[in-house]
Amino acid sequence: MMFENNIDIEHPVHDVRVDAMKNFEMKGFPSKKEEAWKYTSLNSLQKVDFSIFPKEVNALEYKDVKKYFIHEIDTYKIVFIDGIYSSYLSETTHDGVDICLMSSALTKPMYKPVIDVYFNKVASKDESLTTLNTAFSREGAYIYIPKNKMPKKPVEILHFATGNESTLMLQPRNLIIVEENAELQVIERHQSLTSNEVLTNSVTEIFAAKNAIVDYYKVQNNVGSASLIDNTYIDQKDKSVVKVHTFSFGGKLTRNNLNFYQNGEYIDSTMKGVTILGEKQHVDHHTLVHHIEPNCESHQDYKGIYGENSTGVFNGKIIVEKLAQKTNAFQQNNNILISDKATINTKPQLEIFADDVKCSHGCTIGQLDEEALFYLQSRGIPKKEARALLMYAFANNVLQSVRIPELKTRINKLIANKLGVNLGFDL
Amino acid sequence: MAYTEEELKKELETKEYEYGFYTDIESDTFPNGLNEEIVIAISKKKEEPEWMTLWRLESFKYWKEMVEPEWANVRYKKPDFQAISYYSAPSSQPKYDSLDEVDPELLDTFKKLGISLDEQKKLAGVAVDIVMDSVSVATTFKKTLAEKGIIFCSISEAIREHPELVKKYIGSVVPQKDNFYAALNSAVFSDGSFCYIPKGVRCPMELSTYFRINQAGTGQFERTLVIADEGSYVSYLEGCTAPSRDENQLHAAVVELIALDGAEIKYSTVQNWYPGGKDGVGGVFNFVTKRGLCEKNAKISWTQVETGSAVTWKYPSCILKGDNSIGEFYSIAVTNNYQQADTGTKMIHLGKNTRSTIISKGISAGKSQNSYRGLVQVNSRAENARNFSQCDSLLMGNECGAHTFPYIEVKNKTAQIEHEATTSKIGEDQIFYCNQRGIPTEKAIALIVNGFSKEVLNKLPMEFAVEAQKLLEISLEGSVG
Repeated sequence: MMFENNIDIEHPVHDVRVDAMKNFEMKGFPSKKEEAWKYTSLNSLQKVDFSIFPKEVNALEYKDVKKYFIHEIDTYKIVFIDGIYSSYLSETTHDGVDICLMSSALTKPMYKPVIDVYFNKVASKDESLTTLNTAFSREGAYIYIPKNKMPKKPVEILHFATGNESTLMLQPRNLIIVEENAELQVIERHQSLTSNEVLTNSVTEIFAAKNAIVDYYKVQNNVGSASLIDNTYIDQKDKSVVKVHTFSFGGKLTRNNLNFYQNGEYIDSTMKGVTILGEKQHVDHHTLVHHIEPNCESHQDYKGIYGENSTGVFNGKIIVEKLAQKTNAFQQNNNILISDKATINTKPQLEIFADDVKCSHGCTIGQLDEEALFYLQSRGIPKKEARALLMYAFANNVLQSVRIPELKTRINKLIANKLGVNLGFDL
Repeated sequence: MAYTEEELKKELETKEYEYGFYTDIESDTFPNGLNEEIVIAISKKKEEPEWMTLWRLESFKYWKEMVEPEWANVRYKKPDFQAISYYSAPSSQPKYDSLDEVDPELLDTFKKLGISLDEQKKLAGVAVDIVMDSVSVATTFKKTLAEKGIIFCSISEAIREHPELVKKYIGSVVPQKDNFYAALNSAVFSDGSFCYIPKGVRCPMELSTYFRINQAGTGQFERTLVIADEGSYVSYLEGCTAPSRDENQLHAAVVELIALDGAEIKYSTVQNWYPGGKDGVGGVFNFVTKRGLCEKNAKISWTQVETGSAVTWKYPSCILKGDNSIGEFYSIAVTNNYQQADTGTKMIHLGKNTRSTIISKGISAGKSQNSYRGLVQVNSRAENARNFSQCDSLLMGNECGAHTFPYIEVKNKTAQIEHEATTSKIGEDQIFYCNQRGIPTEKAIALIVNGFSKEVLNKLPMEFAVEAQKLLEISLEGSVG
């Protein structure tokens, strides 16, 4: 094993890693033959010889990367440069809540009771890329919010890739625990600063205890040479509310595996997504909501606008177990194709074993309403702006549930920018 | 009669197979097993020309290299393909000119099924090409059809009499190596129906074939080929009932429809094969490949009512090759006890301005599993393609499952696709609404279930709609109250 000298055998989670490694060795990278990867090929990524452990520590100046932060507001920041923690750019805390590093949580004895209970407990021990991460991940964010607490400000998790290494594979691992009645807001972003290939294989585990509220925002607007495989596993208990927003505007290949497990009653799980793609970009949203107990709800709303040669995939799966009576599960996926060479593949999937449920999914693929376009043009709005306005309106619905106003403004600007127009009003 | 949802559930669960009887007719059956000799023997038995024998052998070669598909959402014990006899025909072989010559026992079977041939001859105006096990034994109304130039006969006869048509179209929509069961069927198909409608002819009657599986342990491999020439119209009915058997019976049919420019084919199926006992023993395995090809301005419409079979694996599909062609799929699938159904459709949009509609209704009861699996594919040159899909599931009891697997692949920006699916039980508020307006609960349930499946039942031809409602056992309209 080439990695052995880099691996700490004495590490507390060494056994977990060994098992994960075994599983990955057995399974390898997923191929298109597997149903879950039918529409997304990793072949182009496998050809690249990625370096897994960066050789040198790189530094960045805040002014150079300021624009990637939600700098209008004060936030806790956990910043990584080429997978290594940058204390210079970060702002962590242990004041009542723990917002710090995975590496210290894994090694310091005081965190051991928590790690034993939660680490790698909801993440799949079977899915090959997740186990790859379990085996090799060394760093990430660790957030622990105790009972009845709420951090003063949102948390930003940023991963920068400097490209000083020719090609880089990053394996960040986040563990987020929100205890009873606690609340948390997280913004996550992966940003590459060069045109060298970067592949990020990220795993995030979120545990939301009774009555906990978690808002998680994923901003994906990376450069065309960066790929992201994001695996998020969420374990929810009674009456918890977890919302995950995914904004996908860039990157070469983005795969979002979003898995919700509802281990309690009266749970609300919400997934929202806006995807606007161009060039040869590829985004694959894979969601799973597992309704295990009664009286829970789930809401999914994904909007996609696909231009140029881009490809979009949406595969949403809802499983309702026998016990999960009175489940309400809704899924909505709307897409607009604006180029002849763009492709959209969608597969909304329901697997239902309980009879007293309301489940529905809707999926549309279409174009902008010609009449609406004409209406706007007849009122003196140029065609390009009118189109952008309509597309903006199409996507905007999803933004309404964003609870950080500055982030909303930022996303609005990104959308306008992506659509290539000045909308003529301040968003 | 009080009729509540509970009772309906119970009735569905306890409903024994009504058509489970077995006619003792001396059969000419091949030994079990499958090899090249058997394939050649079947071909010889059917007095087929050499090209057909070669075609079968080629299919057999493909089949040997293929593996059984496992992606469907069904669990069953795989059939042993070497333990099946691939040919069985009623032994009284000579061709009949009139019904009087037909084995009276056979006629008796049909009477039990409610298809009295002579009666139909007089009243219904339906030409019936009866396939009992594998050989076509009676054909009616041939003359009326012949006057119009319509060819309606068994496929073996067509191979002998109209080789140019068969040779041109067989395997053109479902290629030999399309899938495991299609390859198997291509190698060993025993009989089936052939239909050709000449240019501009509107077929004056509904064509129908009753398939039956009779001989124990006999796989039935039907092959149907329907060709509608330019501007013609045909409505084809297929109805199925089979006697109770405790061992699983395999049925792997292939249906090919070809609608040339401006033609229209309406293909309706009622399938009520033995679904297995209440404990999940026995039942028919139904692995069918059905596909239609639409040329310019053509239309193919599939309607199916699936109530039988232990395992169903069936996806009637449309290839919308020509511009302005239309594909439709209307389906009701009812599963009960331990039945498993994985059914749906594929709409492949290739031509410009092509349109497709999918309406699928699934009703699951008992411990059954009911899946909808569909594909809507719009290729890059299919400008202005339009699709509307709707899949609704109704669950009765908490031990059954309803699943949907819709695949949508779009490569053209002018496409308009709408897909929606719902799963629910009969809503308390719906019943309340009816109650409030003076409709008793039992009638309300009848009303709701009937309304649930009405969209599809309406698409069936009159002759079938009645039978379908009967078979559904939820044909509550008028029978409850």
